[in-house]
Amino acid sequence: MSTVHPDELTSKRLAGQEPEPQLGAEMHGALGDGTLVVDPAVRPPLVLGNRDLHSVTETICGWAENKPGKWWTPAFLTANGLAAVGTLMILYLITTGVGVWGLNNPVGWGWAIVNFVWWVGIGHAGTLISAILCIFKQKWRTSINRFAEAMTIFAVICAGMFPGIHVGRVWFAWFMFPIPNSNAIWPNFRSPLLWDVFAVGTYFTVSLLFWYMGMIPDIATLRDRAFKRLHASSGMGKVQVAIGKVRAYAYGALAMGWRFNFRAWQNYEKSYILLAGIATPLVLSVHSVVSFDFAVSIIPGWHTTIFPPYFVAGAIFSGFAMVLTLLIPARELYPGMKDFVTQRTLENMCKIITVTGSMVGFAYGMEFFIAWYSASSYEQQAFIIRAMGPYWWAYFIMITCNVISPQVFWFKWARTTPWFIFIVSIVVNIGMWFERFVIVTTLSADFLPSSWGYYSPTYVDVLTFVGSLGVFMTFFLLFCRFLPMLAISEVKNVMPAADPHHPAGGAH
Amino acid sequence: MAGLKKKSHGGTWGVLAEFESPAAVYHAAEQVRDAGYSKWDVYAPIPIHGMDEAMGLKGSKMAWIVGTFAAMGASGGFLLQWWTSAVAYPIVVNDKPFGAWEQFTPVTFELGVLFAGISAVFGMLAINGLPRWNHPLFSSERFLSASDDGFFIGIESKDAKFNSDATSKLLEKAGGFNIEMVEDQ
Repeated sequence: MSTVHPDELTSKRLAGQEPEPQLGAEMHGALGDGTLVVDPAVRPPLVLGNRDLHSVTETICGWAENKPGKWWTPAFLTANGLAAVGTLMILYLITTGVGVWGLNNPVGWGWAIVNFVWWVGIGHAGTLISAILCIFKQKWRTSINRFAEAMTIFAVICAGMFPGIHVGRVWFAWFMFPIPNSNAIWPNFRSPLLWDVFAVGTYFTVSLLFWYMGMIPDIATLRDRAFKRLHASSGMGKVQVAIGKVRAYAYGALAMGWRFNFRAWQNYEKSYILLAGIATPLVLSVHSVVSFDFAVSIIPGWHTTIFPPYFVAGAIFSGFAMVLTLLIPARELYPGMKDFVTQRTLENMCKIITVTGSMVGFAYGMEFFIAWYSASSYEQQAFIIRAMGPYWWAYFIMITCNVISPQVFWFKWARTTPWFIFIVSIVVNIGMWFERFVIVTTLSADFLPSSWGYYSPTYVDVLTFVGSLGVFMTFFLLFCRFLPMLAISEVKNVMPAADPHHPAGGAH
Repeated sequence: MAGLKKKSHGGTWGVLAEFESPAAVYHAAEQVRDAGYSKWDVYAPIPIHGMDEAMGLKGSKMAWIVGTFAAMGASGGFLLQWWTSAVAYPIVVNDKPFGAWEQFTPVTFELGVLFAGISAVFGMLAINGLPRWNHPLFSSERFLSASDDGFFIGIESKDAKFNSDATSKLLEKAGGFNIEMVEDQ
């Protein structure tokens, strides 16, 4: 690292008194892939491997066009099997009743709500990466945003399943929406549960549209390549030609006739930034509204004003962990992905995990302080029981996984070693599931000790949750198989070769 | 006008020229702009930075569309809640006034965002004239590289200044190569 102040160094470089930095040369050669630059005045490259625009297209489209590795089919079948088990459990629930779950009085909300909040929270990272980091012009996000947005959509699908089957008589689920009916009954708009329907519904719709719009140019790239292949298909068998046709027409329909003209790009870019602008308050509002499900009630331990920010921080925390859980194996399994998802990207994500994990830790401490400061014996008792009552073990897991584990990323080795990041990301996911569990089981000890009761899940609860993991992975593996996993045009756009004012882009 | 174009120009959609790099197509666009053409476009795998100025385009209208729909969603959402809660089906909840606006805030906000988001995507497609299933340009085999690493300028025969020789020469002088006439379909 240079001893000169970075600002001074930059201004000298701009004035031509200092030579321009050689990318990757200023860092200690042996460390990482060349993006872990120590000097803050040096911008590390976003795409490695001396790639031109064509090689970016080849690599990213190749993942969707070529046969996947041998791992894909077993992974897909496993995910499918788990999803099938979950579906059977849901069928059993619908035909029998919610009594097949471990719910009791006073714990009327159990694993279903824990899973709902956990899944919605996981979704938040995708929107944060695609919207908030877009507004802050964090260019490193371009290599992971498509991936993370896909994760958001599938996580919200899994989340939405749980309240839907929790209502008991699922055939009345349409009552959640303001649909005119012959009884002239309307939903109660003063209930946070109804706010939740609108918040999660809007979140899903806008995330899906954002994801799809971002994919239109990339699907058009796949379409053009599919047609080119079809034109050159002289040596192919009938079946291959038929498959090729299906591919070409499916991509063609999804690409909407996009033809890369700048007049369209101009509206597209404007639309993209507007969507990022509205998705930013949206993502902050969704988990706030989810937290209102708890905070607007008058249960001790739930009725707190810290819930909205605390839920949002926890959501981003768990979401980034889930992105890393999926990204690190994908980086190993897909050839060439490491050129786009650099070690710098992983390092940045680890830093966000440490920040949000610390915020969550602060919130845990603040909850206790306010309980004491409120002088309400019910509130104090709720927190003492939370940490030292029958669910002390869940509280202990939560603190270990959420507050202590993310602090390892203060060490450079920890945040630059992919296999270690992978382990921590799973630990964080477990911790965040237990956070939701700890909050929900606060119900087990409410006001009167005579009504207290211990809650344990049944096998149906457990297998439904496992099934939701299977649904999530099934969708995700299909996405990896057929759709552009990285945002091709956005990745190209942050490369020097795309800049008309850069020598690599043809400027003199 | 649209019905006439097919025969009046001998079935030519226009002329297409390829360029070497983002910078080359950028400077060529400046020349086409200065020559006074209006029905033309730049085709590139990325939205080239600063191209709106090089092409002499006005700003996008998207913000007006999205803003209008956001206002419609939010006000419609508020009216829906007020009408159902205070007029159509008033029920007493915690002794609150039937039309109290405070508890309508989350849904009002969410519906504003929902309408804005839908209009941002479908409005963008609509003003770009999409979806459309085919286009004369797709008949050019070279053009398919616009989605990969090719940079093109296409000038339509509908343009008042279009003249197949003069327009091709202009594009060639601006650094274009592989210049071809694209047939209308």
